[in-house]
Amino acid sequence: MAGAFWCVVEDDRQGQPKKVTGELIGEARRWAAELGGAVEAMWLTDRAAPEGLDQLAGWGASRIWLWEDAALVPYRGETWAPAIAALASRESPRAIWGAVTSRHRELMARLAAQLGAGIAADCVAFSLADGQLVATRPVYAGKLLSRVRWKSGPWVATLRPNVFKVAEAGGGAAPTVERQTVGAVSAPTRFVERREEAQTGLPELTEAEIVVSGGRGLKGPENFALLEELAGVLGAAVGASRAAVDAGWKPHRFQVGQTGRTISPKLYIGCGISGAIQHLAGMRTSKVICAVNKDADAPIFKIADFGLVGDLFEVVPHLTEEFRKLKR
Amino acid sequence: MKMLVLVKQVPDTATQVKVSSDPRAIDQTGITWIVSPYDEFALEEALRIKEKRGSGAADEVVAVTLGPERAKEALRSCLAMGADRAIHVNDPAFEGADTLVAAHALAAVARLESPDLVLTGRQAIDDDMGVTGAQVAEILGWPCLSWIMEESVAEDAKSIRVGRQVEGGLEVFDVPLPCVVTAQKGMNEPRYPTLKGIMGAKKKEVKEWKAADLQPGGMSAMTAALEVVALEALPPRPPGRMLTGDPKEMARELVRTLREDVKAI
Repeated sequence: MAGAFWCVVEDDRQGQPKKVTGELIGEARRWAAELGGAVEAMWLTDRAAPEGLDQLAGWGASRIWLWEDAALVPYRGETWAPAIAALASRESPRAIWGAVTSRHRELMARLAAQLGAGIAADCVAFSLADGQLVATRPVYAGKLLSRVRWKSGPWVATLRPNVFKVAEAGGGAAPTVERQTVGAVSAPTRFVERREEAQTGLPELTEAEIVVSGGRGLKGPENFALLEELAGVLGAAVGASRAAVDAGWKPHRFQVGQTGRTISPKLYIGCGISGAIQHLAGMRTSKVICAVNKDADAPIFKIADFGLVGDLFEVVPHLTEEFRKLKR
Repeated sequence: MKMLVLVKQVPDTATQVKVSSDPRAIDQTGITWIVSPYDEFALEEALRIKEKRGSGAADEVVAVTLGPERAKEALRSCLAMGADRAIHVNDPAFEGADTLVAAHALAAVARLESPDLVLTGRQAIDDDMGVTGAQVAEILGWPCLSWIMEESVAEDAKSIRVGRQVEGGLEVFDVPLPCVVTAQKGMNEPRYPTLKGIMGAKKKEVKEWKAADLQPGGMSAMTAALEVVALEALPPRPPGRMLTGDPKEMARELVRTLREDVKAI
């Protein structure tokens, strides 16, 4: 029997899987149908809400491996990786997939090293060649695409959020839940504290479906308020160009581009961003790109689907107003 | 306290990269090579740790790279910034190395050097895998803390307190040494090499190591587990539509199109 596709659950730390987990399961189901094998969810958490388990079932996971233990939060490599690696040695999954999030990025790297498997990070598409799965992933921050294949399995990969379709309702039998125990781990790493960022009420940059981004054209940090208002209306995340970050207008976690975050939202609205190569690299896989810039020759217009030539200080408030009307 | 800083030489961010006649590689003509920016943050942090401790020659910062002959330039930059010496793993056996092979080679260097702390960038900005630090840690059986924004080494150099960036905040941990940390942008501002630093770098040691120097009998771990089938340019985006004129009209037209034609909203 072909090994299973394992999808590691990313959750909201409140016992509920995030949408990206549905995307992982959706894509895994597609390949499991083609190549054989079950689709199973691996959930490591301190609390799995019953609705959370229902959600995984609804997405079509046929089995849920569940480790529910306070020692698993916050994520530490030395508690998570051995749990999954030990099970993988026993169960021989065909693939182990995670999301491009802070903990999965590291976890998948450790798992691949532990299992001697290849890892493809930040995948945006899969295809088949000679019965073998091939992953497509942006390299050079999205200036090129690289197609890679595994010479040694399981196929360990992380998948970029917002790119794959969320699994449709499964309709299969109710999944079995396999409760696992976390072995006696001597985790040398000791958690001290978590410091929350100032709450903006806006979504995380890499997970947002809409991103409103600002650059040097904003002229100063205080003018990001204009974008935040627009983002608030759209339920969008706010991003910034490297120029704006290097000027100290926004912390680095807002940066979109080669030395920041690489994003693929459904809609990207760049305001006062000229479009340096390194910025375009970070957002050119967005589905729809809009740009507002005074300079009709700004490079960002070359990749924009919609270019608005005008002063952002005049255009953006009108955009906010027009989007607000839609909401009413 | 000995610190190993793992660096990679990559094309400059302003470089246009193109696929070469071998579809698995980029065309290296005219490329400006730099030390990957995140690795520079790691090196800067190591230099600051050494300066802050003020133990002089008792502490050491060693820059390590795996790469072809040209990668020596990256090590020279690190030495000019202030690294004490450098190790260049330079062997044709590593051509086509994937992250796992690279991690095994770098872990082998760490075994031979026995550092207290290994620092590297959160990812190299060429293949953008972002896994090397964690894999080196896994192979060594050490803790790894990724995407760190701040650190402070305990006075007895037995542990380090680090803050790692996660969605929505910062998680702070105390970690016993030795361990691996990967640097995120924003933790420091790397220094520019001084003229004195550049001159001094020429006198510093750059040791060249071959695969055989790393790990007797370790070659079985040196088979790549992932291979590049092909690189390709991104499909060109369809030509866009430019709007000009009255800001209010432009805004109205854009929102209408996004809503009705593109259905992006």
